[in-house]
Amino acid sequence: MADTELASSFAARPDPARGTAGCVRLSGWGIAALAIAVLVGTPVVVVGLHVLTPSGDVWRHLVETVLAEYVVNSLWLMMGVGTGVAFGGVGVAWLVTMCRFPGARLLEWALLLPMAMPAYVVAYTYTGLLDYAGPVQAALRAVFGWGSARDYWFPEIRSLGGAVWVMVMVLYPYVYMLARAAFLEQSVCVLEASRTLGRSPWQAFRQVALPLARPAIAAGVALALMETLNDFGTVHYFAVDTFTTGIYRTWLGLGQPAVAAQLGAVLMIFVLVLLLVERLSRGAGRTHHTSSRWRTLPRFRLGPGAGILALVFCGLPILLGFAVPSLALAWWSWQSGAETLFTADFLRLVRNSFVLAAAAAVTAVLVAVLLGYAQRLDPSWMNRGAVRLASLGYAVPGSVIAVGTLMTLGVVNTLSGVLLIGSVGALVYAYLVRFLAVSFNAVEASLGKVTASIEAASRTLGKGAWATLRLVHVPIIRGSLLSASLLVFVDVMKELPATLIMRPFNFDTLAVRTFSLASDERLADAAAPALAIVLVGLAPVILLSRAIARSRPGGGE
Amino acid sequence: MIDDMDQTCPAGLYLDGIFHAYDGKPVVRGVTVAVPPGQMVCLLGPSGCGKTTTLRIAAGLERSSRGRVTLNCQLVSGDGVHLPPEARNVGFLFQDYALFPHLNVAANVAFGLDRLGRGERSRRVDEMLRQVGMDSYADSWPHQLSGGQQQRVALARALAPKPRLMLLDEPFSGLDKRLRDQVRDQTLHVLKSSGVSTLMVTHDPEEAMFMADAIALMKDGRIVQFGSPEELYLRPATPFVASFFGEVNLIPVQVGGGMVQTPFGPLAAPGLEDGQAAELLIRPEGLALRPDPQGTAEVLAARMLGRVSLIHLRVGGLHLHARVPGHFMPAEGTRLAAELDASQAHVYPAEAGKA
Repeated sequence: MADTELASSFAARPDPARGTAGCVRLSGWGIAALAIAVLVGTPVVVVGLHVLTPSGDVWRHLVETVLAEYVVNSLWLMMGVGTGVAFGGVGVAWLVTMCRFPGARLLEWALLLPMAMPAYVVAYTYTGLLDYAGPVQAALRAVFGWGSARDYWFPEIRSLGGAVWVMVMVLYPYVYMLARAAFLEQSVCVLEASRTLGRSPWQAFRQVALPLARPAIAAGVALALMETLNDFGTVHYFAVDTFTTGIYRTWLGLGQPAVAAQLGAVLMIFVLVLLLVERLSRGAGRTHHTSSRWRTLPRFRLGPGAGILALVFCGLPILLGFAVPSLALAWWSWQSGAETLFTADFLRLVRNSFVLAAAAAVTAVLVAVLLGYAQRLDPSWMNRGAVRLASLGYAVPGSVIAVGTLMTLGVVNTLSGVLLIGSVGALVYAYLVRFLAVSFNAVEASLGKVTASIEAASRTLGKGAWATLRLVHVPIIRGSLLSASLLVFVDVMKELPATLIMRPFNFDTLAVRTFSLASDERLADAAAPALAIVLVGLAPVILLSRAIARSRPGGGE
Repeated sequence: MIDDMDQTCPAGLYLDGIFHAYDGKPVVRGVTVAVPPGQMVCLLGPSGCGKTTTLRIAAGLERSSRGRVTLNCQLVSGDGVHLPPEARNVGFLFQDYALFPHLNVAANVAFGLDRLGRGERSRRVDEMLRQVGMDSYADSWPHQLSGGQQQRVALARALAPKPRLMLLDEPFSGLDKRLRDQVRDQTLHVLKSSGVSTLMVTHDPEEAMFMADAIALMKDGRIVQFGSPEELYLRPATPFVASFFGEVNLIPVQVGGGMVQTPFGPLAAPGLEDGQAAELLIRPEGLALRPDPQGTAEVLAARMLGRVSLIHLRVGGLHLHARVPGHFMPAEGTRLAAELDASQAHVYPAEAGKA
């Protein structure tokens, strides 16, 4: 979701091709944009409207029994993850951007690696490693000669605390990325001014750098918390009841779609607050910098002792969030033997995941190009509103989207008799609702690279809007289109709750199979599909780290 | 009305009563200007005066809220008609050249030529590149070219489809001073030899005078004065026009008996009433100086500016600047006699100075 940042920088671009205000002319493009926006925005709006619907008996029952628990668990989870990612993310960001110690350059991109791990995969892996039968406790028993669980105390991984830990491990990169960018953006002059005014490096950090970076940190924490609320696999597996598990159970277990939607609506209030925090803090961040002069950051050289400490502090999240789980997965996959990998069943999983992800990625990018170009041709309030509506889904948890999509398709079914529920098409539609913003932000940012005069040049040379899109925009932004589709592709590969709820009967993907094998306590068997997801997930991390390497203003060392 | 138009419509470009607003803020307020066939007209004015918007309206890149645009007697905008830019056959030279970064030089020039056959297209590309002196760069990429080379390719690209009208938006502002003069000269000759009607936007009066057959000076969305470069320079309609074309000395004066009294003797003030407050504008080069111990002007400072010397004078309590060709450096405190060239002095009613 780093691309939301790109999007906001694009939005600030003054647009010379601005149309006449107040005068709305509906072009074909405008109509297409509006139609797409309504199509994509409806599921979210449908759920949102359930805040207002009168509550039935089941809802009252939920309120009396489990709702408080959902709220309390979600709040604890958010508090724990928020604190963890803030401290961890800011700490490592400060160390790698401001200090010089062995391995700092390598760490700068390696710290992103845990992003490739879906939280639920990490949860399964650590359960396999740390539960009673796992290698860690077995080794402890062997060393100390303990006989059973009663002889010693060991922290229970399948708990709220375990869930917090797992999510901090994979979500801190959001804070790390934004905080790092913020530290790099801070003009050295400000930091040096504080040093000449008698502050030590540590005081300069606390009194100047940290307050200046606070908006970016808040935005990063907000993004991490949105992912926390979206998580289903971890909390379900750890039996921590939150909204996402509640929605899943109410829909599939109790068969109460309306109540599930009401739960979803309450969850969306949480999300809305986070979105607000994110937007406001980004807005505040923009006005902060008083000096824009770049210089290579003078890094503090750490002594050998401090250097090793820094290395350990930065290396630990990579080790625990990426290296250990992926090695464990690789080991388990290896143990279960190569022959299980290339069974027809496994290949079918790969094919299903691939087809779904590719279909969603291509659709999302095509739609994003259409929306972005329509907005560019005619940036009227209506087209801008259409874009807002269409990107509503990006913060909304997958389970809520699934509920909203199914309700929308249910209405379509009653009205037209077309039954889409349970089809691959319906699933791709849900992915579009959830991930369109991801591709749109990337596409919009790259469309900004095509200057207004390049567009106008093509028009005055006799090419219409379509021909210009085809001959000028698409060739210029081809690279960004590819990375946009890659982002969606990977997000869909990892997506669990919406896929679980909406997949066609007997249609398994890598994520779904990982989930169901893990739920059956067949963790070793779940390793191969989980590893496949992680490997695919590495692709955008590599893209991001390359972008990071390029984004060093003032020239690197 | 159609018949009427057929008789009165001028060939070339005709903008008639153009209005435009961005987000409710008016930028163009009733601009009427004609570009006769084969002529070069400049829209000149300070930034934000609406000149670029006017140009974009002529291209069809913006749609005016009121007014009509006709091109060779064809109505292209107004009265509910709006021909999109791709249907107008106009060439546009952009300030940033706007070369397509994904196409090489030859493909950029060929971009607007897809109605031609393959052989004819490549002949036309060669011809255009030769005309702008870029024929050896056909296979180069835009990012490999210097600013001046990019400008020439952009010119070739815009002229290649033989447009009915060329529109130039500050086409030289991205070039450094020395290169600018050379490219400007070449562009003028290429445009003149192709015989295309041209409307050009610039904020540089010297550039406008260098390029244009006629200049429309704009301010706040309106045309202040339209005429030949000499007319605007020698007979400026308002103090704004006079000062836009170069530094002026401004002296508040009173009208009496159809004249104003100046430190250099009386000057005719046609059209002004007696007793009215007026402003006298004198160009620094309109003061002729010669050494004279009894002279009324005292030298405060003298500076050599290259081709001219700038003399700071005190004349009867006023601080005036004079520009003298060549090297003329009287010592501080020297007395000089100053004589006014009446053709370089203009009298306006005082309130006009605030407009």
